[in-house]
Amino acid sequence: MNPFRIKGRGRVNQDRPVRFTFDGKTFVGFEGDTVASALLANGEHLMGRGFKYHRPRGVVTAGSEEPNALIGTTRGPGRFEPNTRATMQEIYDELSTESQNKWPTLKFDVGAINDRLYMLFSAGFYYKTFMWPKSFWDKVYEPFIRRAAGLGRAPTELDPDHYASRYLHCDVLIVGSGPSGLAAALTAARSGASVVVVDEQSEMGGALLSEPSVDIDGDNAWGWLATTLDELASLPNVRLMSRTTAIGYYHQNMVGLCQKLTDHLSDVPVDAPRERLWRVRAGQVILAQGAIERPMVFDGNDRPGVMMAGAAQTFLHRFGVKVGDRPLILTSHDSAWHTAFDLADAGCKVAAIVDTRTDIPPALMHAAMARNIETLTGHTATATSGRLRVKSIRVNPVRGGAVGAARTIPCDAVLMCGGWTPSLHLFSHTKGSLDWDAKAKAYLPGHKTEAVHIAGAGRGLWGIAAVLEDGAKAGADALRDLGRKAGAATYAVTGDRTGAGITQKELPTDRSPGSAKAFVDFQNDVTAKDIRLAVREGMRSIEHVKRYTTNGMATDQGKLSNMNGLTIASDALGKDIPQVGLTTFRPPYTPTTFGALAGYHKGSHFEVTRKTPIDSWATEHDAAFEPVALWRRAWYFPKAGEDMHAAVNRECKATRQSLGMFDASTLGKIEVSGPDAVEFMNRMYTNPWTKLGVGRCRYGLLLGEDGFIRDDGVIGRMRDDLFHVTTTTGGAARVLNMMEDYLQTEWPDLQVWLTSTTEEWATIAINGPNARKLLAPLVEGQDMSDEAFPHMSVAECKVAGFSSRLFRISFTGELGYEVNVPARHGRALWEKLMEAGKPYDICPYGTETMHVLRAEKGYIIIGQDTDGTVTPEDAGIGWAIGKAKPDFVGKRSLSRPDIVAKGRKQLIGLLTDNPKDVLIEGAQIVLDPKQPKPMKMIGHVTSSYWSEALGRSIAMAVVEGGFDRMGDTLHIPTADGGSQAAKVTGCVFYDPAGDRLKVE
Amino acid sequence: MLLIHCPYCDDTLPELEFAYAGEAHIARPADPSKLSDEEWRDFLFIRSNPRGLHAERWRHINGCGRFFNALRDTVSDRFLTTYPAGHPRPDVTKLEAAE
Ligand SMILES: [Zn+2]
Repeated sequence: MNPFRIKGRGRVNQDRPVRFTFDGKTFVGFEGDTVASALLANGEHLMGRGFKYHRPRGVVTAGSEEPNALIGTTRGPGRFEPNTRATMQEIYDELSTESQNKWPTLKFDVGAINDRLYMLFSAGFYYKTFMWPKSFWDKVYEPFIRRAAGLGRAPTELDPDHYASRYLHCDVLIVGSGPSGLAAALTAARSGASVVVVDEQSEMGGALLSEPSVDIDGDNAWGWLATTLDELASLPNVRLMSRTTAIGYYHQNMVGLCQKLTDHLSDVPVDAPRERLWRVRAGQVILAQGAIERPMVFDGNDRPGVMMAGAAQTFLHRFGVKVGDRPLILTSHDSAWHTAFDLADAGCKVAAIVDTRTDIPPALMHAAMARNIETLTGHTATATSGRLRVKSIRVNPVRGGAVGAARTIPCDAVLMCGGWTPSLHLFSHTKGSLDWDAKAKAYLPGHKTEAVHIAGAGRGLWGIAAVLEDGAKAGADALRDLGRKAGAATYAVTGDRTGAGITQKELPTDRSPGSAKAFVDFQNDVTAKDIRLAVREGMRSIEHVKRYTTNGMATDQGKLSNMNGLTIASDALGKDIPQVGLTTFRPPYTPTTFGALAGYHKGSHFEVTRKTPIDSWATEHDAAFEPVALWRRAWYFPKAGEDMHAAVNRECKATRQSLGMFDASTLGKIEVSGPDAVEFMNRMYTNPWTKLGVGRCRYGLLLGEDGFIRDDGVIGRMRDDLFHVTTTTGGAARVLNMMEDYLQTEWPDLQVWLTSTTEEWATIAINGPNARKLLAPLVEGQDMSDEAFPHMSVAECKVAGFSSRLFRISFTGELGYEVNVPARHGRALWEKLMEAGKPYDICPYGTETMHVLRAEKGYIIIGQDTDGTVTPEDAGIGWAIGKAKPDFVGKRSLSRPDIVAKGRKQLIGLLTDNPKDVLIEGAQIVLDPKQPKPMKMIGHVTSSYWSEALGRSIAMAVVEGGFDRMGDTLHIPTADGGSQAAKVTGCVFYDPAGDRLKVE
Repeated sequence: MLLIHCPYCDDTLPELEFAYAGEAHIARPADPSKLSDEEWRDFLFIRSNPRGLHAERWRHINGCGRFFNALRDTVSDRFLTTYPAGHPRPDVTKLEAAE
């Protein structure tokens, strides 16, 4: 069934076969397999195509660092994910997977022609192609770049899964559950500290899963692992989390974790979250993430079957899979020799061990000889052959720098090891320094910025005994830093495999290096030649080399390629590696779903929806809604058969002719109280407040210190020491913040208190000639006559039995009132007014009608007719400035040179020559529509509506020197190439004398 | 996510509770009308933007609501200290010596 599976070997359950598909073909693996291990067990190495040249690619690693074996997975309807690592996706029955970057099939791909066009796509081609003839763009480069610009294909359906998120606090967080992580966990856990251990793999154990030959404390490695995990799991202060990736290390020991919960299950519990994002705040963090094996850089090193020696060891021991029958080892580190021995002992015919070094430990040479394995030391590899799978490798001796005669060795796998790179990505996230260690030939952790300890192979240590001891010490160090006492346990290890190796550039060759396809970055298809070309073309900083070649910029962030790229670049630059420097790793450690990051914040939970107390009534009466800031507001109330236009016309007409009612509860409201309230108001707002009597209200204008309009609203004086301030719907929080800022930090001596009361009040606006007739019979405690309660009055009284703050104000130009009642009575009052308004055909209206009615009167809306660069004079409301006041926020700026200069954009009215033309809001305005493009734009339309009352369109606009253009004709070009003409007017289109406010 | 110490609450809390509020120790002139255009421009727009230690304002907006000052290193993002609004900028050498 599995020709490359060894019966009885590995940790997969060979009694539980699992069926899944890859590119439509059914494969059988076992419970515990990944897609990669199951395909390898079936002899399939070819798992994808390269990104740029579409060369056939096989799996290279056994972990999350995998650059090649990226697959699309389908876990049911709508559950498609591209770029999943075949080495990380566990198989289950019915899992469907597909290869990427191929057309029409993985084995025959048309795009592989790019491989022949190699010269076109070398380093910097993205930049160079921009200079080529335009005619090449549409047909050649753009289609190519578009196709090459992404890996895999994006899902087309909405993600039906949901994602959870949680916070967690612990004393010690340990990232990595290999021997050093477990030793650290034991030390920390036994002290009683709260400990969290996370590992991205489906099971814990790290390197021990691939290295079962050692004995620890008299038990074999897997026995010790089971005992250790049992002990940790039994402790109440320990949380073990597998399938959990530490994706980012943020300030003050916050680590983000992404826990995969269901991607490995065939039967997903209903409503189970797919992933959970954890934000862990840890007292101490221990990074025990091990090391990542480096590829060898030589011509043809990307052929399927060429892979990491350590990966072959993992597939053998953990999954019971031989990656080939006749593997060849190509190495510069001792560790791969043990892979050769283990494969030979498992029944493989090892073709040879080729080592670039000449000085090999005698014990390894003896062990190879004992197994009858040919050893070629001081050798280089110069080519491979085989179309979809490696068939042979070409090797040459190197003596005194000269490459000797080639020899071709048949093999079905090449297992390479160019040394090991400590995995310090998370440490790099903290801006901890990485210092070059000449002895370890690696960057090792230097200066730390967080409460973090690095243990094991991450510090360049090698061998199980060394990393166990180091992990235990890291655990003890963390406890010490927490102020706890602990002794580090010691471990007796036998059968340990220690070793060392060297770091090197691309391997020497007897052929033309210019034609070698010696890959450094498999995922972004960057070769050694590309890096040397970048240096030749003037790139000096490693950051520039990286961007010019895109080395290390793929989704694996160069986990395999960075050190090789750096070594080659430093050689090309003639500098030592530490002088060339390192690029920076950034979160996330591995690609993370948007779902995990968004968590609960999707759909209706994406942001808060604020609803007024009258929202439920509007819903029941079929209102159309629109979002305004976080509020949901009734937009218009269509009757059967009405579109928006018809409904708004009807609402406008009803309000102007008789009576309209509007839910204005979203208006921001702030109570300004205290003995110095009037002084505070004088300083904040442009208007004078001292002489405003109790029971009177006034339009207030708020500027920034830069002199530009920030907010406005009607402000009532309830008592000498109490103002009822209203703000725009969207501006309430900003205005309160600004007021608090001045009060707390500039004028702390003022005795003033600020209280947000937006949601305490429901506000109902009643407008129209019959407004007083409706209200007067319902009001107790206030004479409603024009003499006793004139325009711009406010009173505390009862309306329909509810305590209220009643304003006589108008945002429509009609006789108008705004009734504020405690929010809990808002709907009841609304319904009573609807009932009482029947004789006047009372008409509920929404925000659209409100906008039309106010625009007919030229009342501005902050943020629509202003944009943060508009002064009171620009907006034509200079009258709102208390010119006698010595100071207020923004006053000094009103005499700044640029503010008083000529030619500022000013708010004017526009009447189109064709009264039926309704201009588009935001449309640009020009003087001459026949001028050549790009035209000089002198302003834009800010508000534009059909006015039913006037039987024509109206608009407002900001135009350079607008006040001096009254009567001029301006032009508004349209998208279809035409243009609309309009005359400049004032902004008050309806009832300019304001007679309708005074209706009896 | 940073942890920030509110000097009023006397508690160290997540950044989510706070809002940044610009450079500290830029007092609004007592009588802006006495300032030249250049002086007023400097007050409005010119900021120190240092690489390193920066005195800046924060508001515990989702907490006690109060504005306070902080010394933060703009390279490491590390807070050296926080202190109430209106207090002078602390002597850094003393703070660093105390570490
Ligand atoms: Zn506070």
